[in-house]
Amino acid sequence: MTQRLHIDWTACDGRGLCSELLTELLVEDEWGFPLARDGASEPAVPAALTGVAEKAVRRCPALALRLLR
Amino acid sequence: MTVLTNTLTRRLLADDAQPRTGAQSSARPMAARPGAARPETARSRAARSGAAGLGAARREVATPRLSREALIGLLREAGLTGRGGAGFPVWRKLAAVAGAPVVIGNGSEGEPASAKDRVLLTYRPDLVLDGLRLVADALGARESHLYLPADLLPHLAAHQRAVTLTAAPERFVAGEASAVANAVAGRAAVPSDRTARLAQRGIVVQNVETLAHIALIARHGPAWFRAAGTADEPGTFLATVGGAVARPGVLEAGYGVTLAELVDGAGGATATIQAVLVGGYHGAWVPARPDLPVSRAALAPYDASPGAGVVHVLPADACGLAETARIAGYLADQVAGQCGPCVNGLPRLADALMRLVHGEPDVNEVTRLARSVEGRGACHHPDGTVRLIRSSLRTFAADVDAHLAGHCRANGAPR
Repeated sequence: MTQRLHIDWTACDGRGLCSELLTELLVEDEWGFPLARDGASEPAVPAALTGVAEKAVRRCPALALRLLR
Repeated sequence: MTVLTNTLTRRLLADDAQPRTGAQSSARPMAARPGAARPETARSRAARSGAAGLGAARREVATPRLSREALIGLLREAGLTGRGGAGFPVWRKLAAVAGAPVVIGNGSEGEPASAKDRVLLTYRPDLVLDGLRLVADALGARESHLYLPADLLPHLAAHQRAVTLTAAPERFVAGEASAVANAVAGRAAVPSDRTARLAQRGIVVQNVETLAHIALIARHGPAWFRAAGTADEPGTFLATVGGAVARPGVLEAGYGVTLAELVDGAGGATATIQAVLVGGYHGAWVPARPDLPVSRAALAPYDASPGAGVVHVLPADACGLAETARIAGYLADQVAGQCGPCVNGLPRLADALMRLVHGEPDVNEVTRLARSVEGRGACHHPDGTVRLIRSSLRTFAADVDAHLAGHCRANGAPR
């Protein structure tokens, strides 16, 4: 089943690591916060990107990312 | 959609409504705060409220105790939806509850245009407390809370033993469900990040009007409840009618009531009506169509919904864009300060709208910023703000053009 990337906006402080790792999925908005390219609140993570997404979750300095099933 | 009953009715607020404490003791009732909206008491409406079964609400009937299954079944049959704004089916929320929950009656009403929860807590706290007890008993709750404005605490103080009273800060987002859950747990009253429904975490937050309806449904049954409203949206709701009306206040009506009936109920319009804000500051502007029913189905084409029952009348001599910019500025000031896109985006969005009001030709900046904050917060504060602003650009499209050309249609003069 496709996983979705959940961003805890109360924790995210816009370091930008996720946008760098997941360029296919995210861009930075004008304030540096991650913005899904497709405009979704919880963008779907294609299977090919699962590994990178897991890495982004692990490395987020604010622990603001989760993968939801 | 079949309209069964859309006469203005009296269920939650009786015609002879007097402030009550809900206590059988000699606790003194507290008058509604000066300036706060008061329920209509016009005799004329009593004559119009003659739909079957409505009088029954005024008889004092004991609220029965119900099992979890019985209560959920009853509310499913009644078709009761939450009256706090989102309109979620109550039975589904209760059915999703895990374990022995914490049940919270939410009367914080952070919405400045709404006064119905204050009026209900002032005049019929007994119904709210009955509904809260019923839900708590049925679900085997481990805690019961009532969350309400600080100045109403003394009014409910007699019930301190049955429920825990918590004062709500006067902030717009302090009434959001996760903020409510945080507040009663002793944390700051700000929204939390959520990946699951609160009910699944054993927290039930119900608007106080919803609880009052539950008490009445338990007493009088689902068929009685369904005698008002429409087939798809049964029951009554409390509406706060304000703006350019002779007697702003709180009215009760069945869903499907028309804008004209609500305006008449508030003493009639004091000016030609230009547009109506439905649902509150997170609601939407709709055109001044007197026959427009206040129901989810009828308002959906305008991306509007009854919300928490706010109906705010904009007179023809006011500028809808300027009014929206004022509200957007207020909403930007009310951000909880937690979520980057909302903290950064809402002030920019409000500012862009204000610059449009002042004729700066950049409406695209408003729509661009709206897209960049939507869906990007722990709560729906950015989404509600965007909804309001988008509705203003639609409903006041001619005003947008006029402002871009350096005029304001409201006062006819060059800006």
